[in-house]
Amino acid sequence: MAETMTANRAASAAGTPMLQIENLEAWYGESHVLHGVGLEIRQGEVVTLLGRNGAGKTSTLRAIMGLVGQRSGSIRFEGKELINARPDLIARAGIAYCPEERGIFASLDVTENLMLPPVIAPGGLSLDEIYALFPNLKERARSQGTKLSGGEQQMLAIARILRTGARLLLLDEPSEGLAPVIVQQIGAMIREIKQRGFTVLLVEQNFRFAQTVADRHYVMEHGKMVDMLTNAELPHSMDRLHDYLGV
Amino acid sequence: MEDLLFELQLALPQVILGVINGSFYALLSLGLAVIFGMLNVINFAHGAQFMMGAFVAWLLLSYLGIGYWPALILSPLIVGFVGVLMERLMISRLYKLDHLYGLLLTFGCALVIEGLFRNTFGSSGQRYTTPPEFRALDLELADFFLPGYRVWVLIAASAVCLGTWLVIEKTKIGSYLRAATERPQLVQAFGINVPLMMTLTYAAGVALAAFAGVLAAPIYSVHPAMGANFIITVFAVVVIGGMGSIMGAVVTGFLLGFVQGITDVFYPEASQTVVFVIMAIVLLTRPAGLFGRA
Repeated sequence: MAETMTANRAASAAGTPMLQIENLEAWYGESHVLHGVGLEIRQGEVVTLLGRNGAGKTSTLRAIMGLVGQRSGSIRFEGKELINARPDLIARAGIAYCPEERGIFASLDVTENLMLPPVIAPGGLSLDEIYALFPNLKERARSQGTKLSGGEQQMLAIARILRTGARLLLLDEPSEGLAPVIVQQIGAMIREIKQRGFTVLLVEQNFRFAQTVADRHYVMEHGKMVDMLTNAELPHSMDRLHDYLGV
Repeated sequence: MEDLLFELQLALPQVILGVINGSFYALLSLGLAVIFGMLNVINFAHGAQFMMGAFVAWLLLSYLGIGYWPALILSPLIVGFVGVLMERLMISRLYKLDHLYGLLLTFGCALVIEGLFRNTFGSSGQRYTTPPEFRALDLELADFFLPGYRVWVLIAASAVCLGTWLVIEKTKIGSYLRAATERPQLVQAFGINVPLMMTLTYAAGVALAAFAGVLAAPIYSVHPAMGANFIITVFAVVVIGGMGSIMGAVVTGFLLGFVQGITDVFYPEASQTVVFVIMAIVLLTRPAGLFGRA
């Protein structure tokens, strides 16, 4: 099933962008957090949003999912305009979101957490494929979700959206707060899901990690896109990147 | 020894009646817990909705000749639909505000509903005849006679409480509800229509109150203040059990009915206040309630 999906996605990869955002503005109450964000992602790509804390990376993901108070501009996904859509309809259009704080539910066990998001389209991973990819989750199937280690919780958070058949995954800082060995595992897992044909928009502060998984990188400052680099350009643009990220 | 046996013999009927009262507490506090757990709304209109359940059953019987068994289904559906309207038109506008606003709104709704019923049907109670088929369940225990209808109330309330608990704890819909209690926005971002789920949850909570109302109709006279008499005790039950805890609401409901029954035997003057004394002790020692999460 995964091979068919990969083939289908590869066939249309060269066409119009899968996700096209233009002039996206967003507000939390009175606070204006995004100022005309624009980006494009093609099918099968892994694209990162880099930037300092408060640059608007998480807000961009939340705005795509309709989780900000107010937004304007244009968010086209597979040709369909989503700027006025409710979060549940955005998810059902084929976009899945894994939040920064992982969003594991304390009142659900691991299996319930895993099975929570409804399958919105064929093409998602089966439970067996998920357990093959994340064996720890099978061992801890009956544990309370929040009793898992940080790394396991992150795997659970990503695993549950792989089931749904969503075609675009929004991952918010999956490496945050994790031990280097776990970050490596998360990186391997992102490469694996890219291989299976998923498209990923990844928020990261750790550009060294981003470099190992992504095709392109957008850089954000003060709620705007200020630069775009391909992964091949990254090694030659370190000064620029250090300047943007303040490292 | 003989004195003790005599006292226990005296206590048994009161304890049984207490537990039956507890089944009403459990049913009503279950609805309140479901609504608070999911919507974060303290539904002060719950007593009025309980009363509406009893009145709808009485109206169905008096004006349409529809008997007890169909009323047990129809009345919760009708009152649940009123709940849908209340949630869509009023309560849904307050979700982003403090609990206090929801409490004040539903308290106002309760006063309006009770006022309308008082204006239309008067303050005196309407009689709802106990269906004769329950006589087959009448129990004679030593010197104590337990009407079959009360046995049915205990069975029906226990079954509905157990069913609700199973739905919430063991089904997919229940996992949506529990997850949405924690992070409604994220659940919606997974593709679940949370606003619709909230409306249906409110309607289900209201329908539980109406179901309790139909059960109560043959026992208490059907009158506009019948919910108000229950609701304060029921709120105490919810607080003791832990706001939003389903298990807490059910267990505490039956338990407090039992405690009231015992108190009725040994110190009747305290039978109404004992619930509030327990509430004070629980709030001082376990502010989140017996089954609540801090």
